[in-house]
Amino acid sequence: MLEIKNLNVWYGGIHAVKDTSISIKRGEIVTLIGANGAGKSSAIRSIAGLVKGAKGSVTYTARSGESISLLGKQPEVMVRLGISLCPEGRRILPHLSVEENLMLGAYSRSDRDGIARDIEYGYTLFPRLRERRRQKGGTLSGGEQQMLSVARALMSHPDLLMLDEPSLGLAPILVSEVFEVIKEINREGRTILLVEQNAFAALKIAHKAYVLEVGCVTLEGSGAELLENPKVKEAYLGG
Amino acid sequence: MELNMFMQHFINALGLGSLYGLIAIGYTMVYGILRLINFAHGDIFMLGAYFVFFATIQYKLPWALGLIIAVAGATLCGLLVDRIAYRPLRDAPRISALISAIGVSFFIENISIVIFSGMPRPVVQPPALMRAFSLGGVRLVPLGIMVPVISFVLVGALLWMVYRTKPGLAMRSISHDIETTRLMGVSVDRIIALTFAIGSALAAVAGVMWALRYPRVEPLMGIMPGFKAFIAAVFGGIGSIPGAMLGGISLGFVEIMSVAFFPDLSGFRDAFAFILLIAILLIKPTGLMGEKLEDKI
Repeated sequence: MLEIKNLNVWYGGIHAVKDTSISIKRGEIVTLIGANGAGKSSAIRSIAGLVKGAKGSVTYTARSGESISLLGKQPEVMVRLGISLCPEGRRILPHLSVEENLMLGAYSRSDRDGIARDIEYGYTLFPRLRERRRQKGGTLSGGEQQMLSVARALMSHPDLLMLDEPSLGLAPILVSEVFEVIKEINREGRTILLVEQNAFAALKIAHKAYVLEVGCVTLEGSGAELLENPKVKEAYLGG
Repeated sequence: MELNMFMQHFINALGLGSLYGLIAIGYTMVYGILRLINFAHGDIFMLGAYFVFFATIQYKLPWALGLIIAVAGATLCGLLVDRIAYRPLRDAPRISALISAIGVSFFIENISIVIFSGMPRPVVQPPALMRAFSLGGVRLVPLGIMVPVISFVLVGALLWMVYRTKPGLAMRSISHDIETTRLMGVSVDRIIALTFAIGSALAAVAGVMWALRYPRVEPLMGIMPGFKAFIAAVFGGIGSIPGAMLGGISLGFVEIMSVAFFPDLSGFRDAFAFILLIAILLIKPTGLMGEKLEDKI
């Protein structure tokens, strides 16, 4: 569904992603793992249209079967194509209520009933959000903000959900809660591209994984394979 | 001072203040979203006044139609200013857009002098709006009531739009985080254009009512009301729409009442606005209703 070939991204004068190729099949969870600064975020942000001047080819196959080249498209266009990014650092609008944050996620849609249904669905995934629906986003805890950020990214009904470091700054118990939900979202038929520093948690749920080091893919394989790979074990899983 | 005299000043201050408020909303909305002081805003107000002047005085169209022409014309000008002078500088340092704003302001003022000539032109007030009547001993004209009523209705409609509709939600979101708003599928340039359109339309309505109140138009008539409205926006808390209205009305009262109670100071009338600006910046820099601009992630 997403074919990335020889992607090159420059970020703040740094050649952050070099000749990287990644392939994502419909229905999969694909993860990019790697250390801080390996280029994971730059890669995912360029797919979402947030980084200008990326080179290479990113071809997206829409549900209709149509092939679309993504590079150079604006982020607001991506949403309409069925691609949604849940950004690093959660980026909740602190002065808007939980429900308004969710409404904003549904901005590209105009089917009132569908939106109401999906807000309900978000509350089912994360019951804590329902309790706090009238509260301002800025008053939520870090974990609740992450839940809201995921629920909000789902509001556009994406075929491809991209998550940038969803475990960042979360307590271990919340990390497993968030990852359970990611699995659940995937079971319901959405493809997921997950960027993570928490390699263990990511590899456990991933069908396919890529290891990025200073902008290059150095290893790829199934999640289970990489979990057993001695190099990965040593570098990312604490021996 | 007698009560009915005071009431007359009161209505007068409310009228002037709500006009400042209407103009201030354009400053405050654009600043809230782009962190840009749109110096050309006062000139859009002036264009609104000129459009209604030409429509009604020159071409003898009815005032209602003139109002529509003024609003449409000024909105178009506001959109053009954004498109030509600000949008290409969206990713440039903020100071570039600010300088561009000053340039646009001078450009509109001078091109207006060339096209309209620098001569002030008298506006013939429709007699129906000026027919004095007495309400509980207070002498009033319909225009004096109309100005604040129309202003408050427009502000009410605007607040509804900002807090109850989708484009309003997008506006409130952009003002905090443009990138995330784009990720949600919002076309930011379109929402910014809408913001300029709303601000310009309100400035045009203010321009029309100003031309009726102080019955003449001239190319530089936007400068002082523009400054004062900007002060009103800062005083009320820049970024806040109710704040802009509150700031405008406060300023209207300060100006009218100071002259009413201390006629000797009437020469200093314009200075009061600037004293108010300095005072609020010293005491409460965020303004009466402004929130602290925080960068929270």
